[in-house]
Amino acid sequence: MNFEEHAAKPLLRAVGIATPKGALATTPDEAERIASEIGPCVVKAQVPTGKRGKAGGIKLAATPAEARAHAERILGMTIGEHRVERLLIEEQVPIAKEMYAAVLNDPDSKGPLLLFSAEGGMDIEEIAERHPKALVRFSIDIRKGLDRDAFAAALPSELPVDRAAILDALSKLYSAYAANDAELMEINPLVVTRDGRIIALDCKFVMDDSAIPRHEELAKSGTPDKLTELEARAKALGLKFIELDGDVGVLANGAGLTMTSMDAVRHYGGQPANFLEIGGESYTKAKPALELVLANPRVKALLVNFCGAFARTDVMAEGVVTAWQQLKPDIPIIFTIHGTGEDEAIAMVKERLGIEPYDLMDDAVRAAVAAARGAAQ
Amino acid sequence: MIVRGNESVLVMGITGKQGTFWAEKMRGYGTRIIGGTNPKRAGEKHLDLPVWASARDAAKETQVDCAVMFIPPFGVKAAALDAIEAGIRKIVCLTEHVPVHDTMYFLAAARERGAQVIGPNTAGLVTTGESFVGFMPAFNERVFKPGEVGVISRSGSLGTLLCLNLVQAGLGISSFVGIGGDPIIGTTTRDALECLDRDPHTKAIALVGEIGGAMEEQAAEYARTMSKPVAAFIAGAASPPGKKMGHAGAIVMGNRGSYAAKKAALEAAGVIVCATPNGVPEALKARLAPA
Repeated sequence: MNFEEHAAKPLLRAVGIATPKGALATTPDEAERIASEIGPCVVKAQVPTGKRGKAGGIKLAATPAEARAHAERILGMTIGEHRVERLLIEEQVPIAKEMYAAVLNDPDSKGPLLLFSAEGGMDIEEIAERHPKALVRFSIDIRKGLDRDAFAAALPSELPVDRAAILDALSKLYSAYAANDAELMEINPLVVTRDGRIIALDCKFVMDDSAIPRHEELAKSGTPDKLTELEARAKALGLKFIELDGDVGVLANGAGLTMTSMDAVRHYGGQPANFLEIGGESYTKAKPALELVLANPRVKALLVNFCGAFARTDVMAEGVVTAWQQLKPDIPIIFTIHGTGEDEAIAMVKERLGIEPYDLMDDAVRAAVAAARGAAQ
Repeated sequence: MIVRGNESVLVMGITGKQGTFWAEKMRGYGTRIIGGTNPKRAGEKHLDLPVWASARDAAKETQVDCAVMFIPPFGVKAAALDAIEAGIRKIVCLTEHVPVHDTMYFLAAARERGAQVIGPNTAGLVTTGESFVGFMPAFNERVFKPGEVGVISRSGSLGTLLCLNLVQAGLGISSFVGIGGDPIIGTTTRDALECLDRDPHTKAIALVGEIGGAMEEQAAEYARTMSKPVAAFIAGAASPPGKKMGHAGAIVMGNRGSYAAKKAALEAAGVIVCATPNGVPEALKARLAPA
């Protein structure tokens, strides 16, 4: 789950990392009022995506009137795919130096990785590529936390600010990462002010979705995924569903098999209409899953690809067959069923729908693509 | 990470619905199930097998070679640490949605104690005709027939499909290694590839990958050194890329992770990359045919 800047910064403050004074505004009036309280300010679009500055979503304002004018322009703007509905109005900070710091889950070392560069800002990826030595990469044993002495030794000898102050800020950043089940806690830029303070000007926080149940309060301030109406319905049912542009509906179990079904549809010249997975514990939900696929009017044929390991294909097929008989959709349905419970499942499809499942997935996909094409003509 | 028929297996969470169902399936297949755990039912019998409070208690009384966990996500860390402390060398974690910080914690502990963790979020391990741990349909002879192809898969359902395709094509399976679909897992594609390369019963390897992460690229580095044929299918060519992880994600991942990057890395290492799973058996058959 992504957290916008205004929702992430309180987590830094909670561990003692300073952030600029500021407040949220949803209207130009509010922006003007906040600006009149804090003086010269920065107007920052709150969207869960990068490159806000380059898109014109971050502007300096010397006066409240200027803050208002910026707010009028930025509110309602689209950045990435996100409409700007909130602004963070923050005091301007006298920057002497921009640095970069982040902690993330690193699959290579299978532990937390702390990244730090005394050079930071928008071009950090370029800096990391051109001057790999400028970027410190430090692996952490999550059982022990940040080893400050070892990390101090890994820092460059020349630093723009007091060494102890940097160590302190980074060890606090690690605490914020650890306390909140972060996949990523990133500060870019982490600035040194002209009077020598260290302040986080921005913060990006991504929480591990699997850990949300133990951070229920905090998760309320996260940004929910942008979902279509059908996707939202699916989510409420505990199903993973993504709407796509094609006309071959896909219903499969397990993320890997669902992706593969989509790949195969495209490989044989069709376009998938959706990603819909009913794996894991949700395999008993074939009926609501089918209703979701069919609610999309673009679907011209339905490919059902079940391969049971943990999930039982007879349970899934029972749901689909029953729903199909109730809903009586006017499109062809193509089955390929293998694995746990396949004999019962195949017999059920033959008997109750009069349809012969394909033995090979590739043949089933070819048939589904051809059926959708035939229906479209 | 190949499971052998003589290995003793402890089922953690044996009294639950899934633990019970799969413990019976495993035992029926020939897996040496020696009992299970449930802290509330220690001392009882379940499926006519002893129940201990913990893996440590089990290990005090008997030799435990492998632990398989049917444990809910928020209980996995404690259960895994229990198994590691008990000195169990092979730990199979089936659970999906384990918080990644928990996973990193017990993986660090496992590394220190020399325990091999498979998963989380794996469907398990199968050695055809010998033993299986987890929830793969090992007992289904259309999916698992003895043979000489080793299969590595992140996904259980897709791994099942691939095994089935191999059997349909007249090949058989030596061992299946389900490594798990989570972003951070104990046994990587490369680890599994090295293991099957050393396995005398495996003559060729089918590798099922997915977009995201860098495990296929890392496996490709090892594949360069192999003489056994390897064919791969990478799922996700038609899927939108996953979420971005800030600048940090871009810095750490570099240009790894996409379908194109994985395909290029594997092909450069001599691996045959197939457009659908069904291509894999044909590719391997051609390479396995006597010259």
